[in-house]
Amino acid sequence: MLLSQLAQASDSLPPLAQVDASPAQGERIFVAREAGHCVLCHQVQGLDAPFQGNLGPDLSGVGSRLSAGQIRLRIVDAARLNPDTIMPPYYRSEGLTQVAAAYHGRTVLSAEQIEHLVAWLATLEQPDG
Amino acid sequence: MTRWLPTLLLTLAPAAVADTRSFVDRPDLPAEAVQSGSAFLTAETRALQADDFANPGYLWVERGRELFGSGEKACSSCHQADTLAGAAAHYPQYDAAAGALLNLEARINRCRQSHQALPPLAYEAEELLALTAYVATLSQGQAITVAIGGAAAPYFQQGRAYYFQRRGQLNLACNQCHDDHWGKQLRGDTISQGQPNAWPAYRLEWQTFGSLHRRIRDCDAGVRAEPQASGSEIYTSLELYLAWRARGLSLESPGIRR
Repeated sequence: MLLSQLAQASDSLPPLAQVDASPAQGERIFVAREAGHCVLCHQVQGLDAPFQGNLGPDLSGVGSRLSAGQIRLRIVDAARLNPDTIMPPYYRSEGLTQVAAAYHGRTVLSAEQIEHLVAWLATLEQPDG
Repeated sequence: MTRWLPTLLLTLAPAAVADTRSFVDRPDLPAEAVQSGSAFLTAETRALQADDFANPGYLWVERGRELFGSGEKACSSCHQADTLAGAAAHYPQYDAAAGALLNLEARINRCRQSHQALPPLAYEAEELLALTAYVATLSQGQAITVAIGGAAAPYFQQGRAYYFQRRGQLNLACNQCHDDHWGKQLRGDTISQGQPNAWPAYRLEWQTFGSLHRRIRDCDAGVRAEPQASGSEIYTSLELYLAWRARGLSLESPGIRR
């Protein structure tokens, strides 16, 4: 294995679950308060959601910049890339402090939800101009 | 190739290591950047807070004024209200007799027990909120200034460590929003600096008046962490750190906050 391949491997993750990933479901998870609610911090141009946040990067066209595996890793636990990141880990239940009882041992999103989300984000292409 | 392996393993290792580390080595919010939460409200909410007749917080202040002057041994039998002007701007404060760090609520409860032969009030009780609001209002416009040296120092360090510690299922520390990203948008809301100078305050989301500790509990719950008890030493220590961080801001209680 070449070094560059290893570096790439550490920057991305294979699918978390065998699931017929649906971009439409992913878009709903991105917006819904009771699911990912990613719009709290991120914007996507053309998305039907008012008042999109700007705490995190603008994700318009993210599918042109990152592979599905790279997007997945950033959702699962972005701290693996940047230990100081404000991005919460959406698929991690270990090594956390003072977690409320209701969330003990649970991840924010399920593997299936993350696969839908990745499928949708990977479809976002850089807008023209 | 083999000689690369140890380096590679080191490079990849952080993926497996918990990053619940504290940011306590990070710098504090610089004093020149400090802004009251009022700066992050809509103009309407700011106007509501500034209007003593419209600000619902004054219902608690007025109730507190009555309580202050009533009872067998009233607060006012020892304290002329004007002698308490400025007092609230210097809390939390280490109290040698109590051997503990006291915030305003705890100070009032100590007085009840030591000087008034009254039982302490429950932390979020309306009467305690009212008395706290009244005493805080006597310091309105005064600059927040707290002592963090001497016996207060360990509490200050503990509070600061809490502020910089990642916690909860969302793995967030206070500083990540309130030092690093204030002014940014969380959907329709602008992230404030988390300043304590308007508390106790009327919170629109609660549709009632409440303590700073209740507000902090909501922040902890928001990152899906188990909140600490209101009135606990850890929250009082955090309150001391927040008051020091807010140094120079005017006390605004009764504030109105989202």
